[in-house]
Amino acid sequence: MSGTQVQEKKTVTLGSLWRDKKSRGVILQIFAVIVILLFIGNIVSNTVENLDRLGVKVGFDFLTEPANYDINQTLIEYDSSDTHFRAGLVGLLNTLLVAVCGIVVATFLGFTAGVLRLSNNFVLSRLMQVYVEITRNVPVLLQILLWHGILIHSLPVPKKAEAMFEGFVLTNRGAYMPQPIPQEGFGWVWIALIIAIVGAVLFKKYANKVQIETGRLIPAIWIGAAFIIGLPLITFLLMGSPIEISYPELKGFNYKGGFVIKPEFMALWFALSIYTGAFIAEIVRAGIQSVSHGQTEAAHALGIRPDFTMRLVVIPQALRVIIPPLISQYLNLTKNSSLAIAIGYMDLVATIGGISLNQTGRALESMAIVLGVYLFISLFISGLMNIYNKRVALVGR
Amino acid sequence: MSIETKKYPVGMHPALPPPSGSVGPLRWMRDNLFSSVSNTVLTLLGLYLVYIIVPPFIQWAFIDSVVYGAESRKECLAIMGEDRGACWSFVYRRWGQFVYGFYPIEERWRVNVAFILTFITIAVVLVEKLRANKPVLIVGILLPVVSFFLITGNSLFGLVDVPTNKMGGVLLTLIVGLSGIFVSLPISIMLALSRISKLPIFSIIATIFIEFIRGVPLITLLFIASTLLSYFLPAGSNFDLLLRVLIMVTIFSAAYIAEVIRGGLAAIPTGQYEAADALGLSYWQSMRLIILPQALKISIPGIVGSFIGLFKDTTLVVIIGLLDPLGIGMAAISTTAWAGLSTELYVFIGLFFFIFCFSMSRYSLYLEKKLQTGHNN
Amino acid sequence: MKKLLPIAVSLAALTAMNVSASTLEDVQARGVLKCGVSTGLAGFAAPNDSGQWEGLDVDLCRAVAAAVLGDSEKVEYVPLTSKVRFEVLKSGEIDVLSRVTTWTFTRDASLGLNFAGVNYYDGQGFMVPKALGVTSAKDLDGASICIQTGTTTELNAAEYFKLNGMTYEPVPVETSAEGRSNYIAGRCDVYTTDASALAAQRSVFEDPTAHVVLPEIISKEPLGPVVRHGDDQWLDIVKWSHNVMLNAEELNITSKNLDERGANDKDPAAQGLLGTNEAKLGAMLGLDKKWAYNIIKQVGNYSESFERNVGKETALKLDRGLNALWTNGGIQYAPPLK
Repeated sequence: MSGTQVQEKKTVTLGSLWRDKKSRGVILQIFAVIVILLFIGNIVSNTVENLDRLGVKVGFDFLTEPANYDINQTLIEYDSSDTHFRAGLVGLLNTLLVAVCGIVVATFLGFTAGVLRLSNNFVLSRLMQVYVEITRNVPVLLQILLWHGILIHSLPVPKKAEAMFEGFVLTNRGAYMPQPIPQEGFGWVWIALIIAIVGAVLFKKYANKVQIETGRLIPAIWIGAAFIIGLPLITFLLMGSPIEISYPELKGFNYKGGFVIKPEFMALWFALSIYTGAFIAEIVRAGIQSVSHGQTEAAHALGIRPDFTMRLVVIPQALRVIIPPLISQYLNLTKNSSLAIAIGYMDLVATIGGISLNQTGRALESMAIVLGVYLFISLFISGLMNIYNKRVALVGR
Repeated sequence: MSIETKKYPVGMHPALPPPSGSVGPLRWMRDNLFSSVSNTVLTLLGLYLVYIIVPPFIQWAFIDSVVYGAESRKECLAIMGEDRGACWSFVYRRWGQFVYGFYPIEERWRVNVAFILTFITIAVVLVEKLRANKPVLIVGILLPVVSFFLITGNSLFGLVDVPTNKMGGVLLTLIVGLSGIFVSLPISIMLALSRISKLPIFSIIATIFIEFIRGVPLITLLFIASTLLSYFLPAGSNFDLLLRVLIMVTIFSAAYIAEVIRGGLAAIPTGQYEAADALGLSYWQSMRLIILPQALKISIPGIVGSFIGLFKDTTLVVIIGLLDPLGIGMAAISTTAWAGLSTELYVFIGLFFFIFCFSMSRYSLYLEKKLQTGHNN
Repeated sequence: MKKLLPIAVSLAALTAMNVSASTLEDVQARGVLKCGVSTGLAGFAAPNDSGQWEGLDVDLCRAVAAAVLGDSEKVEYVPLTSKVRFEVLKSGEIDVLSRVTTWTFTRDASLGLNFAGVNYYDGQGFMVPKALGVTSAKDLDGASICIQTGTTTELNAAEYFKLNGMTYEPVPVETSAEGRSNYIAGRCDVYTTDASALAAQRSVFEDPTAHVVLPEIISKEPLGPVVRHGDDQWLDIVKWSHNVMLNAEELNITSKNLDERGANDKDPAAQGLLGTNEAKLGAMLGLDKKWAYNIIKQVGNYSESFERNVGKETALKLDRGLNALWTNGGIQYAPPLK
């Protein structure tokens, strides 16, 4: 819009320069820079003036002051005497936790639904279609609220809850389960696990080499898996089972001990996974359909079993189409996790962008931090994405 | 069968019906539902899932539910007795609020007229035959202006001003959704053209802008609109909350649509650009006459997809205190009379959005199919 | 961003008319007072069945409107969550915030705000279902507690439990309605907020008698109206609108006996209040002579407002307690109107 206005104004004064394509480009750009600078300058001067008028100081010093509020789900040590910075960190970790858990489940749901939608099984493909259409077309905020409502209102309160089976209790304050607490000497089990994983990877490489050279198949996956499970298990037993299991027990108002998943987290997790899963299902479906039918037929002609055809022929080719939109769905899920605020899950927006902002009144700074963190996550993942795209493009045809 | 006795030249025999057992519903079921053990198990599992979800839901939502005759949840429960169905009475009682928000009752006809005008505009935009007719198209595009004056009020036409904080419910959703859609489209075209422009400054500015907006959650932008925007404006100036929200929603969707359009522009073969240059067209002429019509056509399904997303995102305004249908419903279930009906509320609002978004996505599928045949010709 | 400029410029032009030096002139030019209130808290600010706002905080808005505009009905109520209230006030979207807001040092000193008095002395309490059998806040170790975010409540609870060596699970809620819903569903055992608000919340439960407010009051919560920094005249107007109501109660002037007290009252203080003597109190604030008269006539004195909204006859059934006049054993004490 503004481009055409510029054109009219300038033709009169800068005739010849204007008619030359190159100099016109330069003039337009200089003009754009001036406009942007004026715009930004205007905003900055307004802000400074407004802050001055209200007598408000700007700065990030509040981050080092004690937060004085409690958070109900903390992945790292936190109590109310810790700083706002740490409170924000707790919030960020909660955001990342729900994002990662959501991404894992959404990917699983999405791939399952996407593949099943294309299956010959009429009942399943229709069911998946219904799932995709319903969840995709209902706002995610509504789904979060719905899940939260269901969990809060239909699950029993702790006093009335009964254990489903030993140590597992489902209440409207959360799902409680036994938690293994490592005792002294458990470190060796971790070390054994690492050794086992490294060993398994090396073995798989060796097996591949043997297969390429001699055509002999070694069931490396199974051997590796046995190794990864077996070695730590033996270490564990040798160390005299250095673990204690903490069972949830009803003490006073709540269950104590054990591992607990809060209903706020569950609601957010379920809603985000199911919502994003539907989008991923569509992406997977489109990706699989993009693989030429000749590939499947060729695989069938070679006598490859249908499930192997899917796994070894179709999906690897479809991934090239699937991955870019898939990553952008992951980003969407992460951004949608900010709706946590509607149900009181303490994520980044609720801690730094919510309570800290409100208790300190540092609105500008707090929002800047929140925006900055989200922006960093987005750009970081987009950056990885670009690298991946380039690699695929090079390897490809 | 007389056919078998006749003699045919080689290759001229008419097709025979398929052997029995390879057609018919039983065969179809064997092929599609019970072809293997695992398939059979999955089929049965799926049918069981349908069985445990659908009949109870229908029972709850329709058969055991109460719509009329209850003034509170207690009365609902009293009417239902033993069967615990849904209590839709609060939707029925507050229907006016769900549609119009707190728009003055005696002025609601204006909203109704505006709804009809908007419907006409949408019809004009969507139906090709109407769109082809220039006068009809112009009227269709001007109608939203009339709707605007109808809804906000204008002393020139003797209409009472209605402040924006009275607007709520479906009316608010449509205001935010539709004005976001219409205003963001031209902005997004400019952003997309800037981003692929050969002039580095334009490209850099557009890229920064688009990546920034796409990198942050909409809710943070709405927070900024509702609380921080006034810091950036001259002292003492402030404008309507709804307007601020509209601006944020518009630039948000503009950034997303710009990326869709950029995809469309990238799909145009370079030959088209070169041909336009060869004809001696200026940049704007070639864009307007050659490139954009093609690029927009390719992008339409993507744009409709973004619109669906925007439409769903309008629910977020409830978090900053605007009363869209969800907000109206939340206010309703926070009263003593209707407390505890959250499931009903979410199902009802969900259905409302489902109907809108599902029909839009069907429309986009239809367009996609139509455009594909266009290419094959 | 380039595309934003025309929009921003035109908007700035659109709104430039609103810009003026003082809040008082703004309000008088607009003809309506914009008052930030809570989203619905019975007794303090809530719309009644016919959509009229009522409550102690609402009465303060009405008093300011009566003083400034001569009509207590000329108020536009802006319902705000506790979270956005200060930002909305700072942005100039509202003229005064009257929303059960606790006066604290940090808020007064660092938020760019000024508190204009205390219209309700409160303290934070705990409400639990009777069935729990809890009688003291000291028994709440390990409980789940619903707390409204963005309030001093959150800080007090953290401090109280820490001091008493107890643990708890905070369940943050955004609005009273959300808190009520979580509390009723049993997501939390305890609901904590200002004692007056607990009474308000309890009054809308299906069975209010099934819930008890525990005796412990764990904090000082002086609640009062707030204005922006930097407009002293406006601060004075809000401050004295409240003080007029207190002084009227002290002098036993009510909305009913106001006119008969009228001209024949010999007490100079009463004369000042009624605008019958030569002292130009209104003019000192930039208001007309009848400003205080209008407040008492249209809104009533503090006692009338209290009894109408939260007193014994209402669902909240609150005692005057700390909010009695200093002469009656309370701490409501207004500077003299001289």
